[in-house]
Amino acid sequence: MDKAMLLEWYRQMVLIRRFEQKSAELYQLGKIGGFLHLYVGQEAIAVGTIAARRPTDHIITAYRDHGHALAVGIETKAVMAEMLGKATGISKGKGGSMHMADVTRNFWGGHAVVGAHLSLAAGLGLSESYRETDNAALCYFGDGATNIGYFHESLNLAGVWKLPVLWICENNQYGMGTAVSRASAVSAIMQKASAYGMEGKQVDGMNVFEVYKATQEALQAIREGKGPQFLEMLTYRYEGHSMGDPLRYRTKDEVEKWREDDAIGILERHILENDVATKEELDGIDHTVEAELTEAVQFAEESPLPAPEELFTDIYVED
Amino acid sequence: MARITMRQAITDALREEMHRDENVFIMGEEVGVWGGTYAVTRGFYDEFGPRRVRDTPISEMVIGGAAVGAAMNGLRPVAEFMTINFAFVAFDAIINHAAKLRYMFGGQMKIPLVFRSPGGGGRQLGATHSHTPDVIFAHFPGLKVVSPATPYDAKGLLKAAIRTDDPVLFIEHATLYQIRGEVPEGEYVLPIGKSDVKREGSDVTIVGYAQGLQVAMEAADELAKEGIEAEVVDLRTLRPLDMGPVIASFQKTFRAVVVEEGHRSYGIGAEVVARLQEEAFDYIDAPIKRVAQLEAPLPYSRELEQSALINKQRVIAAVKEIL
Repeated sequence: MDKAMLLEWYRQMVLIRRFEQKSAELYQLGKIGGFLHLYVGQEAIAVGTIAARRPTDHIITAYRDHGHALAVGIETKAVMAEMLGKATGISKGKGGSMHMADVTRNFWGGHAVVGAHLSLAAGLGLSESYRETDNAALCYFGDGATNIGYFHESLNLAGVWKLPVLWICENNQYGMGTAVSRASAVSAIMQKASAYGMEGKQVDGMNVFEVYKATQEALQAIREGKGPQFLEMLTYRYEGHSMGDPLRYRTKDEVEKWREDDAIGILERHILENDVATKEELDGIDHTVEAELTEAVQFAEESPLPAPEELFTDIYVED
Repeated sequence: MARITMRQAITDALREEMHRDENVFIMGEEVGVWGGTYAVTRGFYDEFGPRRVRDTPISEMVIGGAAVGAAMNGLRPVAEFMTINFAFVAFDAIINHAAKLRYMFGGQMKIPLVFRSPGGGGRQLGATHSHTPDVIFAHFPGLKVVSPATPYDAKGLLKAAIRTDDPVLFIEHATLYQIRGEVPEGEYVLPIGKSDVKREGSDVTIVGYAQGLQVAMEAADELAKEGIEAEVVDLRTLRPLDMGPVIASFQKTFRAVVVEEGHRSYGIGAEVVARLQEEAFDYIDAPIKRVAQLEAPLPYSRELEQSALINKQRVIAAVKEIL
């Protein structure tokens, strides 16, 4: 791995974490409305998987989507402006936190009905299969989504039609406040993939190197025509399901235990212990991220609200 | 001009569009090897092959969602729900996704798909297989809902539905597949969102669509024998709803009856009546009547089922009440 690549991963992961922390502050101030789901703790997954994709591969995810939006390269200020419901937001202020997308980057959202977007991913895969390309669709979802009908119908269809979809389960241990063991008949989510003709693989989702490697291998298998693949990324969200989560369902000790294997910490240690870069260089990246974030918040705050007539645009292509 | 069945008109529209545009494909339960549960796609599997005529598992959620996903990326799926009753299973895909994604992402996406589905009662299939739920789907901005009454309209409107860049739910009343009507040779496309006067008259306006339109026409024929000339307006599209021809007719007749096969409460008729009083209040000479399905689930037993459904006698009676 070359230095530039590792430092870019570090930059993205710090950006995502700081973006989320800043968003939480803005939410408390009432500047962000609706629901807000933070990606803190899970950064290695969006960054490691998206680093392994080609730009022509599709990305589609659930409502905890800021990390993916930033990792595909949407401008930080366009993501922040969307959070604030501004006209300059990536979805023109019509989607909000849960509905970021940038079609020019093959990033298809940001979807907030649990499991539904798995069926859209099957369709994205179908479109590539139909055109006989070797592009793939990377579809992210939580452990909770594996209990809904969409999951089973989508994996089954992808299996039957050999669709080029990489299913990426971000198992952060809880579907809202319900532990995997209380909601899923099998606690190893990857076992569910076997019902649909996929082997499935568990990956340390806190380790960006493991995430990257597993994604590369899975995408390679898809491009070789081996059909859909399934990765279960073991991870943890440090914050609640969304803002206002009372966190009655887990202990502080459990959170602390996961934090010891922090995704950014693992990457930082690797960089320093292998003399990839110095602490000063990493600090420099931190400062750059802070400046970018400050600028993004300022941009978002100063941006105009959507014009009143925007209420009626984008409903149809042809009116 | 040939007189062909509605089924043939729909088949012809699909075949022509498949030949015209490589991005158009068909997916659904039994659309391929079987040839379609209502034989609409018979022969397509051999003609176009398994890539473009795709048999799905019995999985309405992913039929709906995968069609949306494929459409987002530029294909033009014609996805079939074997009956509109099963589209309930895919309601989330149709309403939360097909109808909303473009708006929610600020206009970044187009969803150029068609959901085709036969619907309607009167075939002794019991309560879960006999719905006419068109109004439910027409409630939501973002979706276009079309339901034709004649072979000519079915062909022209289905071709338009396939060509538009917006998602369309195309509801085919199953009892209309066998009706025949004149359809010109060669290419034509009809505009979505335009109501159409199917019969001219000056005494009363009867508004209908799909099966309701056929019942309205039968009633108008009977009324004519008694010297009552009804003007019959076919809505054809439920969203966007074109009230122009309805209002123009009402301003001539001052009286109206709305006929629909769905339930009376919260129905298409309720919407048409509300708009008439909003937009043509000064022309109202009599209560505007609704003829619709009675407020009960549809039973299996033939006579009992028929008693709940619309028929020409009920339309005639409604007309006579307000003349």
